[in-house]
Amino acid sequence: MMIEALLAVTLVGALVTFVAPNRIAGKLAFAISLLPAGLGLWLFSAFDGSGNALLEGELAFESRVEWIQIGEYTVSWFVGLDGISLPLVVLTTILCTLAIVSSWTPIDDRESQFYGLVLFIEANLIGVFAALDFFVWFIFWEAVLIPMYLLIGIWGGPRRKYAAIKFFVYTNVASLLMFGAFIVLVFSLGDAVTSFALPEIATAMLEGGPEAFMGVAGSTIAAAVFVAMFVGFAVKVPVVPFHTWLPDAHVEAPTPASVLLAGVLLKMGTYALLRFNFTMFPEQAEAFAVPIAAIAVISVIYGAMLALAQTDLKRIVAYSSVSSMGYVILGLIAYTQFGVGGATFQMVSHGLISGLMFMAVGVIYNATHTRMVTDMSGMADRMPVAVGILVAGAFGYMGLPLMSGFFGEYAIFFGSFGSGRLPYSQVFTPLAMFGIVIVAGYLLFALQRTVFGPYHLETDYDVGRAPLHDVAPMFVLLAIIIALGVAPELIFEMITDAVDPILENGGEL
Amino acid sequence: MAVLELPQWTALAPALVFVATALALFVIDSINPHTRNRSLLAGTTAVGALAALGVTVWFMLAGVGTPTAEGGLGVVELFGGQFVVDQMTLFFTTVVSIVTALVAVASYDYMADHTYQSEYYSLIMLAATGMAAMAAANSLVTVFIALELASLPSYALVAILKDNRGSVEAGLKYFLIGALSSAIFLYGISLVYGATGHLQLEAIADNLDGADAYGGLLGLGILMLIGGFAYKTASVPFHFWAPEAYEGAPAPISAFLSSASKAAGFVIAFRVFTTAFPVEATTAVIGIDWTTAFVVLAIVTMTLGNFAAATQDNVKRMLAYSSIGHAGYALIGLAGLSADGGELVMGAAMMHLFVYGFMNTGAFLFVALAEYWGVGRTFEDYNGLARQAPVACAALGIFMFSLAGIPPLGGFWSKYILFTETIGAAGTNGAMLVVAAALVVNSALSLYYYSRLVKAVWIEDPIGERDALAQPIGLYAAIVVAAVLTVVALPAFGPIADAAQQAAAVAIG
Repeated sequence: MMIEALLAVTLVGALVTFVAPNRIAGKLAFAISLLPAGLGLWLFSAFDGSGNALLEGELAFESRVEWIQIGEYTVSWFVGLDGISLPLVVLTTILCTLAIVSSWTPIDDRESQFYGLVLFIEANLIGVFAALDFFVWFIFWEAVLIPMYLLIGIWGGPRRKYAAIKFFVYTNVASLLMFGAFIVLVFSLGDAVTSFALPEIATAMLEGGPEAFMGVAGSTIAAAVFVAMFVGFAVKVPVVPFHTWLPDAHVEAPTPASVLLAGVLLKMGTYALLRFNFTMFPEQAEAFAVPIAAIAVISVIYGAMLALAQTDLKRIVAYSSVSSMGYVILGLIAYTQFGVGGATFQMVSHGLISGLMFMAVGVIYNATHTRMVTDMSGMADRMPVAVGILVAGAFGYMGLPLMSGFFGEYAIFFGSFGSGRLPYSQVFTPLAMFGIVIVAGYLLFALQRTVFGPYHLETDYDVGRAPLHDVAPMFVLLAIIIALGVAPELIFEMITDAVDPILENGGEL
Repeated sequence: MAVLELPQWTALAPALVFVATALALFVIDSINPHTRNRSLLAGTTAVGALAALGVTVWFMLAGVGTPTAEGGLGVVELFGGQFVVDQMTLFFTTVVSIVTALVAVASYDYMADHTYQSEYYSLIMLAATGMAAMAAANSLVTVFIALELASLPSYALVAILKDNRGSVEAGLKYFLIGALSSAIFLYGISLVYGATGHLQLEAIADNLDGADAYGGLLGLGILMLIGGFAYKTASVPFHFWAPEAYEGAPAPISAFLSSASKAAGFVIAFRVFTTAFPVEATTAVIGIDWTTAFVVLAIVTMTLGNFAAATQDNVKRMLAYSSIGHAGYALIGLAGLSADGGELVMGAAMMHLFVYGFMNTGAFLFVALAEYWGVGRTFEDYNGLARQAPVACAALGIFMFSLAGIPPLGGFWSKYILFTETIGAAGTNGAMLVVAAALVVNSALSLYYYSRLVKAVWIEDPIGERDALAQPIGLYAAIVVAAVLTVVALPAFGPIADAAQQAAAVAIG
């Protein structure tokens, strides 16, 4: 019942915040969000699951109640956590609390609605990671869109309306494609499944696979469904060439929405890829390994090149997410313990680091009202603490040892280089590693121009030290990043425990 | 339960409650012909509708209409099979009575300054009587009488704003097209009678073999019947009255017609085609599978409705076309029937009509509220309403996202179960795959214009200064109740789905 409690606390909190007076909404939302954050940490300490949720593992905090009967299929309220989903749930709760604190400064209009929507998003994100029935999962998956659409559309920048609608249409069309493909899959599995529970579908896929449906051979259906679902999730991740909604959404979104977008929403895509495509379709994943690895490497290099070409700090961070997500895909397709485990670790790590970067850029923007690299220099002079954190975050991004980014990327490269499942892995991996050089290039270049040198600012604002409540959340994030960098086994052990069963179906342990 | 001891005719109690309420309103009118006592009139109407709802729900729980094999009290046949009370009857009577109650409560404010108060409410009750009778009609004669009983008060209701040109013009158009389609429908009945020699639906089915020599005649008759249904459900090719009538009519009446009247139109279509014209036997006689006609109509209706809705600037017209689009979705229930059954698809269509009853009524009632405020008719006129009326606008957001089929709202379940079952039916009828594709494309498109309204009220800034907005208690109550029902329909979908699927299974037999 703990997951239900977590969801209920967050949802009720969202409603309460929504009708609270604007004046106290920010503080109230922060106080409320401490409850799910505390509960999340408690879940983390009390976690007693083992194995993979879809592959007959022992679930922690499981609950399952029959909900609706659709013909011969049962839809159940089915939630539970394993070593892959638990770190992401904890990441969500912590990041939401910090995002709420970081919005105290920039959000000064319709506050109660803003904070209510942030809490509503949090509840749905928790649901996405905890749900183990396809319909339940899809409800949360889609329900994330509405509050994010409104967050971007109401509190965003000048082109917010365009960005919001683009985000909504891109991701919703992708979801429809994925949904249609999945329903075809369930029907083509025939009598082997009698519910939409993901473990049951995964078992049926691995043991028999689809039968002929509508006169199409089972193997063709499996391949077509794999491709359709990959595309559906790839938009969310996003990888090149489905990434164009991302920079618009990020640049226009208010800082806290960017934090959640980069920190957690993108992970929904990679999480779903791992849960669906790479757990249920090991054969198809192997057949499509080369094109997927190529997409991953192109995302890494092209995303980094795009970041290199930007002059808007927020756009730089946004494009670098495309690049980082490419690493995750590469790790997943490698099908080795370090590859898949490292990719899952990198999801958490990137959530923390990109969240930190967006917060730092947001703090600078709050003071300077510009994000253009060309408009400022020597910011370290005026905001030493905030800038120091920005620099630390950038080094985390570049993979500085003893920060979480290092371990994630190292594990991915280590896992993918030695992969026996991925053809030409010795070509793909060095190409992707070259991305790090570009990352270092654009981050250092941007920092050098904005942070160091003599103080100069194009806009007419008096820049002083950032307030404590802007800096505190960044310190918390930095502490977690370093903690995970020093002791990755904090979560890596439970991740590998959950990843290993996936590899038993054709991967390498 | 006590239901057992009641005489058989009491099974029609919901319709009788409606007609008794109408008579009570006439009595009030004859005592005081010019009464403007809105509380009494609207209150009587709402109480009558809720009493009908209570009786219907009581019957459902007591097992009236449930086959004895499943522990119920058996299907009730009255007057030699002219009327039948089964689960489908009760299911649709529930929809009609809920919508009627909401409309009555909302009319309390909307019709506040109107001269003909008691006439207005008694006409609503008479139309509701006709709709309840449609749900029970089991012979082409009673179908036609019930249809006219529902239609005639509706013409008057559309034109009730006698000083408003739009209302009168809409009433005239509605009436003329209604008269035309009634004539076609009646001619179709006569052809079916000529071919089979019967009007009672089971008797028609039993005598289809004897109509071998008149296959063409019967086919033409069926085609004409389809025309009559298309009119009542606002489907292609008799849809073009809908935008005119809904736009000109008082908004609560638009809600009434587009929700309750449409559902009633579908119940007679479902009953006539499943009972009187079983797919296999009818195909053997007329040489064509009539589901083909519904496949085409469903695709054309949903596509036309959605494309037209996307190009509207007037909110009420947009909702009118969206209601045509939803008629197309519900038509899938008939398109998916096959010799092996198809009760799952039809059950899904019934669920959709049920949820559609709340969300569409709510959307039109919001328009009623906007007309009450006098803010204007176009999307631009609605800009920024959320700043002044956040509660009503939150409800509007719920209706719009639910109509678009986005979770976590009731419209999600019904649309996605419909989609799931459509793909399931594609296993026996390949054309259903095209229908499923059309459903996806249209859903994606519908998101554009639904979210446009959300964007207008929540994201856009008002064009000019607007006076403070009143909060009429009746309209607000109806909107909030409809919104709550739309949200609650998600967790409570189990009973709705069960009732719909059982009803469809019994009807198809």
